[in-house]
Amino acid sequence: MDLYAENILDHYRNPRGKSPLLPQRERGQGRGPIQHTESNPACGDEITVGISLQNDHISEICWDGTGCAISQAAMSMLSEELEGKTLEDIDHLTKDSLLALLGVPIGPRRLKCALLGLHACKNALCQFQKIPLRSWSETVA
Amino acid sequence: MSLPIAKIRQAFPILRRLIDGHPLAYLDNAATTQKPDGVLDAMNAYYRTQNANAHRGMHPLAEEATDAYEGARGVVQKFLHACHSEEIIFTKSCTEAINLAAKSWGRTNLHPGDRVILTILEHHSNIIPWIQLKEERGIELQWVDIDDDGNLRFDRLERFLHEGNAKLVAITGQSNVLGMQPPLQEIIGRSHAAGARVLVDAAQLVAHHPIDVQKLDCDFLAFSGHKLYGPTGIGVLYGKREFLEHMPPMLGGGGMVQNVTEESFIPLDPPARFEAGTPPIAEAVGLAAAIDWLSQFSWEDIIHHEQQLLVHAGVVLSSIPNLTILGRFPLQPTPYNLPPRTGCLSFTLDNLHPHDLTEILGREGICLRAGHHCAEPLHRRLGFAASTRLSIALYNTPEEINRLPAAIERAREILTGKTADSARAHGRVANYKLQTTH
Ligand SMILES: Cc1ncc(COP(=O)(O)O)c(C=O)c1O
Repeated sequence: MDLYAENILDHYRNPRGKSPLLPQRERGQGRGPIQHTESNPACGDEITVGISLQNDHISEICWDGTGCAISQAAMSMLSEELEGKTLEDIDHLTKDSLLALLGVPIGPRRLKCALLGLHACKNALCQFQKIPLRSWSETVA
Repeated sequence: MSLPIAKIRQAFPILRRLIDGHPLAYLDNAATTQKPDGVLDAMNAYYRTQNANAHRGMHPLAEEATDAYEGARGVVQKFLHACHSEEIIFTKSCTEAINLAAKSWGRTNLHPGDRVILTILEHHSNIIPWIQLKEERGIELQWVDIDDDGNLRFDRLERFLHEGNAKLVAITGQSNVLGMQPPLQEIIGRSHAAGARVLVDAAQLVAHHPIDVQKLDCDFLAFSGHKLYGPTGIGVLYGKREFLEHMPPMLGGGGMVQNVTEESFIPLDPPARFEAGTPPIAEAVGLAAAIDWLSQFSWEDIIHHEQQLLVHAGVVLSSIPNLTILGRFPLQPTPYNLPPRTGCLSFTLDNLHPHDLTEILGREGICLRAGHHCAEPLHRRLGFAASTRLSIALYNTPEEINRLPAAIERAREILTGKTADSARAHGRVANYKLQTTH
């Protein structure tokens, strides 16, 4: 199976859930979506996720950012996957579940590309729960 | 005379490697060069026949290892045209060499309000040590910008120098992104006239241009062995003896002291003062072998071959629709009649991410570098998050570069689902035929 499989390229070319996010100051005190940015220090790629909640369910997840096909496709697929789910579901997501979602072989040099979106979502959750943010090594482990 | 490229390639075993059946086109030489047999053999022979610790023992092997290590210092001294061998300090890398200058000379000689002038072309290793010093010592940093063609704004440098309090100009000898060479001789002259010292980051320059530290009159110069056909794990800081003599050691340990009591120590003279701990002996031997190997060719031939290659690369890449070369290209003469671009050039393609492009090119054995190449401020200045870099060495050929257009088109098609023709419809039209020398 090729890294640049059709489903990956389809998500890369037509990303789902990708839209400009509200700047911090316009999001109102604590009422706006949870918003969090993570970047991949190896290449400077960056993803910001915004998660809106309704009764503990994710009513909307949108994101924006720059990056390679793998990071963009992974975030696109992840945003589809998480729609309607609970915050707990984010908590239960693992590196392996994300790689299974992608369904293509991810070698070590592209692992952080694949996990950038997951890392951003996980830390959005940490931020919401007011617990310390996860390090990259925890996400990659 | 032209270089015997086929014979040169024979000396590099790795160039015979196939990647998935494709011959290697190694065009990532600014990251690290490949190593010729001469270097591998010299290091192997050292370990097989002479290995011992240097400067530590009276037995025959210890003496041979010491000779090998100090002999390597002599080779570097001659290569840089340094006045004294004590002016050559071995470090683990160019990065460590610059850090040594910052943490030893900088900490001793720079005070709050003093200014260090950098250029926007710098590699992170010639930025961060100075930012650290700014945080630690309250020095000020001033950044010399480039013009839109990628050339250094000499007028800005002069203005900074005239403003006073400039104590150091820390400048690259050759950009690792744009390949442009700032006019060092001129810069050093003006800086000295304004009372500033000059440190040259020669990491990229060293393999592409002769260096004469006495003629340049630079105060410090740093490079890494691994970008000069030598091994990793060894770098060099050249410093004028008059400065080194008054600099404190950065690291403390064995091999750098005259005597030690429970309370204090008296350090040795340079260079030993700056080489605490067991040094990279085999690596020094390898570096000397690399210099010996390179010295069989004339700089004139090397520069000629590499200029032709880089111009060829520029022309070939310019023929690809929607490909943008950073800085001005085709090659234009720059002020001061210096070679316009040397060693590397970087580009962007559509809005494709360099990681995807280089991943796909890599499958065909074409090795290019993707990212910001440890020059984030420069990329921000140029308005790109990242780029793809092609960088050459004297073993590269036009034929390797000629593989790029078709391979790049295949990558574009995979990633965008569009062919060059549809891309061309949006971009500029190219009617360029591949140019083959030889
Ligand atoms: C211009 C420049 N300076 C410094 C360095 C640092 O060299 P090293 O990583 O070998 O210490 C590099 C290497 O990429 C470079 O290109």
